[in-house]
Amino acid sequence: MKAAFDSLPYLMDGLLVTLQVTFLVVVFATIIGVIFGVGISYGPLWLRILVRIFSDFIRGIPVLVLIFFVYYGLPAIGINMETFTAAVVALSIFKISHVIENTRGAIQSVHHGQMEAGKAIGLKFHERLIYIIFPLAIRRFLPPWINSVADTAKGSALVSLIGVVDLMLAMQKVIGRTYEAMPVYIVGLVIYFIINYCLSLSSRKLEAKFAYIKE
Amino acid sequence: MSHPLIQIKNLHKSFSDTDVLKGVSIDINRGEVVSIIGPSGSGKTTLLRCINVLTKYDKGSIKIDNIEIGYTSDDEKNRKERSENQLSAFRSELGMVFQLFYLFPHLTALENVMLGLRKVRKFPKTKAADHAKHWLQRVGLADKVNSLPAEMSGGQQQRVGIARAVAMDPKVLLLDEITSALDPELVGEVLEVVQSLVVDGMTMIIVTHEMSFASDVSNRIVLMDDGKIEIDGTPAQIYDSKNERLNTFLARIKNR
Repeated sequence: MKAAFDSLPYLMDGLLVTLQVTFLVVVFATIIGVIFGVGISYGPLWLRILVRIFSDFIRGIPVLVLIFFVYYGLPAIGINMETFTAAVVALSIFKISHVIENTRGAIQSVHHGQMEAGKAIGLKFHERLIYIIFPLAIRRFLPPWINSVADTAKGSALVSLIGVVDLMLAMQKVIGRTYEAMPVYIVGLVIYFIINYCLSLSSRKLEAKFAYIKE
Repeated sequence: MSHPLIQIKNLHKSFSDTDVLKGVSIDINRGEVVSIIGPSGSGKTTLLRCINVLTKYDKGSIKIDNIEIGYTSDDEKNRKERSENQLSAFRSELGMVFQLFYLFPHLTALENVMLGLRKVRKFPKTKAADHAKHWLQRVGLADKVNSLPAEMSGGQQQRVGIARAVAMDPKVLLLDEITSALDPELVGEVLEVVQSLVVDGMTMIIVTHEMSFASDVSNRIVLMDDGKIEIDGTPAQIYDSKNERLNTFLARIKNR
């Protein structure tokens, strides 16, 4: 038990990596996913088709296969990445496809009349997005997006399989040294739970914040 | 030098294989109030939406102040669609009020009216707020400036819709069945506001089923049927015309 306790600082290092991976993936996936999500909603036909193919394909494969493909597969065509980079790239690609769908769904939930009313007063396309569509769509975007963030935090445990020393792999290593599986896993479970519980609390807060908008 | 404010020639529009407008031509002068009536499906709303290019017309020409609005020229063989930014600039000169209001639900009445003034007209904040308040007062909503659309009645929302459109000082106001979605007891307050704008001399095109209102405020009434203009004349001429389609239409709305 004491050994497990002593290993806490090491686990914290792992947690830090888990949080870094999660943070980077969420940032990349959100920025790129929202851009493509707008593209699939309003873009020219060729762009809509491309994004649709990308999104359907990526969502149709297991994320672990994607991680292995990026880390073990891409070097065959000369793309070599550190484990950490490969992990972030693979998880980002995966999450982008989800954020695309969140964005598309959220935009679609805004009545088309809002876009027309914005056109009618002479707002340009980007102004209609910024001042009308996004503020209305965000209510529908946030709940699934926060789910996505929580999924990323949980799913990031998979990156341990390519050797990124995240919380998961840190736990494995501690167990390997101390043979105290139960206490270490309990610590790990509690940490993962705390991260995700905080996220779901913030989700509820955010939903309440936007509840005043009624269409 | 003087030309009609709006010149529409031989306008055609079809949606997939349905022809909605089949060659509409009409001129509207500055200060004129023209009501468009007709059975549903006759193309009146489509005509109105073509004027600010919320709907793109296929053939024919719409000129506002002598400038073709939807395309780069009136030469059908040799013209391109206007860019989104050009259309935005044109639309900012045309006010539109919608049947279902389409107020921005996340913004207060004041912010609804201010948005176009700030972002399109580039008014500084205080000037935009003063201007917006002035118009909200004009439509009788001085006490509702900080209300959200959801906190207002349909009639109040539609008056905000009118304020939002006229605050931009448009060349023409397009009203698309603006009382059709309202409870009967709220229609009057909205029509009163329109009436006061008529007194101001604003050019208006009104798509409506309110026949008595149309006769009261309009210089001209246009009956559309099956994608074409059936009659176009002063209210008196229209009633005297004994046009069969008009009588059918009038009988139908009376029976509603």
